[in-house]
Amino acid sequence: MDLKRISASAKNTWCPGCGNFSILNTVKTVIGSIVDGGVPLEKIIMVDGIGCHGKIADYININSFYGLHGRSVPVATAIKIAKPDCKVLVFAGDGDAYGEGLEHLLFAAKRNCDITMIVHNNRVYGLTTGQSSPTSPQGHKGRSTPFGQHEQPFNPLELALAAGASFVARGYSNSMDELKKIITDAVNHPGFALVDVLQVCATFFNRYDVYNKQVYELKDHDAGNRDAAVVKAREWNYDTESPIALGIFYKQIRETFERSFPMPPETPQPRIDSIKKILQKFV
Amino acid sequence: MNEFSVLIGGSAGDGIDAAGVVIARLFAAIGYHAYIYRDYPSLIRGGHTISIIRLSRQRIAAHSNAIDILLAMNQETIDVHKLQVKKSGFALYDPDSIKSVDLPGCGVPLAAVVKELAAPVIMRNTCMLGALCKAADISWDVVEPVLRNSFPKETDMNLQVARRGYDACTTFLKIDAFAATERLPLVTGNDAIGLGLASAGLEAYAAYPMTPASGVLHFLAQHAEALSLDVVHAESEIAVMLMALGFAYAGKKAAVGTSGGGFCLMTEGVSLAGMAELPVVVVVGQRPGPSTGLPSYTAQTELHFVLHSGQGEFPRLIVAPGDAEEAYYWSAWALKMAWKYQIPAFIMSDKTLCEGLYNLDIAIAEQPIDENPVIWDGTAPYGRYRYTETGVSPMAFPGDAGALVKINSYEHDEFGVTVDDAATTIAMMDKRFKKEKYLSADVEKYEAVKVYGNKDSSVAVLCWGSNKAVCVELALERGLKVIQPLVLAPFPVEQFRAALKGVDTLIDVEHNATGQLANLIGHYGFKVDKKILKYDGRPFTVDELTEKIAMLSREGK
Repeated sequence: MDLKRISASAKNTWCPGCGNFSILNTVKTVIGSIVDGGVPLEKIIMVDGIGCHGKIADYININSFYGLHGRSVPVATAIKIAKPDCKVLVFAGDGDAYGEGLEHLLFAAKRNCDITMIVHNNRVYGLTTGQSSPTSPQGHKGRSTPFGQHEQPFNPLELALAAGASFVARGYSNSMDELKKIITDAVNHPGFALVDVLQVCATFFNRYDVYNKQVYELKDHDAGNRDAAVVKAREWNYDTESPIALGIFYKQIRETFERSFPMPPETPQPRIDSIKKILQKFV
Repeated sequence: MNEFSVLIGGSAGDGIDAAGVVIARLFAAIGYHAYIYRDYPSLIRGGHTISIIRLSRQRIAAHSNAIDILLAMNQETIDVHKLQVKKSGFALYDPDSIKSVDLPGCGVPLAAVVKELAAPVIMRNTCMLGALCKAADISWDVVEPVLRNSFPKETDMNLQVARRGYDACTTFLKIDAFAATERLPLVTGNDAIGLGLASAGLEAYAAYPMTPASGVLHFLAQHAEALSLDVVHAESEIAVMLMALGFAYAGKKAAVGTSGGGFCLMTEGVSLAGMAELPVVVVVGQRPGPSTGLPSYTAQTELHFVLHSGQGEFPRLIVAPGDAEEAYYWSAWALKMAWKYQIPAFIMSDKTLCEGLYNLDIAIAEQPIDENPVIWDGTAPYGRYRYTETGVSPMAFPGDAGALVKINSYEHDEFGVTVDDAATTIAMMDKRFKKEKYLSADVEKYEAVKVYGNKDSSVAVLCWGSNKAVCVELALERGLKVIQPLVLAPFPVEQFRAALKGVDTLIDVEHNATGQLANLIGHYGFKVDKKILKYDGRPFTVDELTEKIAMLSREGK
């Protein structure tokens, strides 16, 4: 598919050097290959939160639900139940997915609804101009924590694994080939897939140098082994300067949530007939 | 007897609710309509719980505190309710466990019977039902088939136990038996709301349990397959509301249900529905607050909360049904209108309506509602927020070939792309409020304000929601007029004005401390003269309201 088909005319307002550009381009390429694989474009749906990441809804010309901060998961879950033949991609930020909407993320993992969640994790609040986020390192000096963040960061991969996620991966906005592979696998995974993307915020928390030194590609890792996945996920706790693995940490096939709902009958009965039948039980 | 009331009381876990329903069925078999009021504490076992089953030759939807027959499953029932029993009334009780009665009546050895027959202890209430039938002189030929129907499990044992109760009792009261007219199903207001929504094409329901609205969730979950519904018990009311909006975006008609506390969490989603123009129906089962308040009691305290819920300004629809048939019809209507205008709609209920049991006449409740969503005709390019004469933009859904459907919580252009320029901001706000203008005109086409009783009376009682039944009954007795607005937003000003014609004294009856409906009509220039406000969590009985009205007229003189 010619990617111009999904290019939008809205003016891009991300800062120069923002890691979101490479996520945008990667996602467009992945959407192109999904369409080339036979899924009609109108059957691809993106759901966004609010934050710098959310603008991606304006920048890709596909079905989109540009909703509320932290609330993408419940929206996406319902869409998938209603339209099980559609591909549902969730875009979220770290404040969005790991702060305000953490509860929904854990339930998404628990339910295993077939949606792909891509978290633009820049470890800082960008759109609200530089406060500490749930994945900011301890001691991080943000505008809400000018003397240093007291809290320890969340390790989102470990959280997702604990909650039962069936696909857990990490990418980096500066390793686009790797990222494309990960997102493609995530989209093809039949179940809830979390892709935590280390996305660099060039303005408020520029980590290019640190990440470029720390990251490495996961190799010889058994993604079917949950214990191994947990150990790998703990290698870097989003705080220290230990090596940062990129790739698929865990992958498991299990029943998806949307399949637990009754399929509509082929010849639906008029509602009023069903209602009268039900009422008979109350006479 | 034209009407009488039975009170059955015991500990939570004694099967009081179930017994109440069977009592209604037993008397339905000899031609009586029923209304059941349930009063219970917020716990599972051990607390004092009662059902008052009021039976009448007429359709009724209110209870009476004056009791003809007291069925005491424990001593507490006698102690607490003794004074409610009429002079002509009597009590049935187990003499082995209830020592102090002080009422005419009959001891029935409930515990001894179940023990002797090796029946489960819960069947003490079946034994009581048998005794009741004898006390009320219902012939066993009538009793047996009703019980057989009511106890599909362990039928024979239940019948044996009931028969022993029947034989152990004496007849106290000659209840006239009439030919059973068409027997009407007995449903809660929650059931009726669920059925009404289903009748209008509901496809999905999401909720987080909260008394008194949980019954809608239970009912629709139970019948999800028969009605082809997606029913989700989500992680929170926040998720519930957002799921409903996800369903709506995908083209599935969705509703949610909660009480005031849960609705607090839904409000950001309500505002999103307003901005994104996504239809959703919210069932608000009111109970006394603030905060946790009295979870299992009743109130009408969320009218202004719902009217103003969600940040920003956007049109909304609020209906307030008063009984099961209205709950069915107006729930259906709310869903249809929510989709016609792509707005959030609210069904105001309360514990009395939610959990009270009413006869539902489907022939009254089910009425054609010819209101339909505007669907995209294929004109390209598709824009989700196209400007139109009515402000209603044709809907397309993801998956529709040729349409890209972009929903946005930011202010947006016709295609759903974020904007912040002044001209579009004004145009989009005006577009959304155009819908309210057309919706208001639609509301006036329906009977959105009902008038009952003596239409020439210069004294009128104003009520909303579940107070309707008690007010109408009182008005018929005392020759008053009753005015009941069923749509509260957009407010049916013209119909309300017409209803007030000839009224010089308007008495406001509400279950809150501030007179929320009185305040609302005040906004439109209408004034109430007197208020009868009750905020103890208990619904009005006819006798109680009659007394309050009498007091007002004494004060007036």
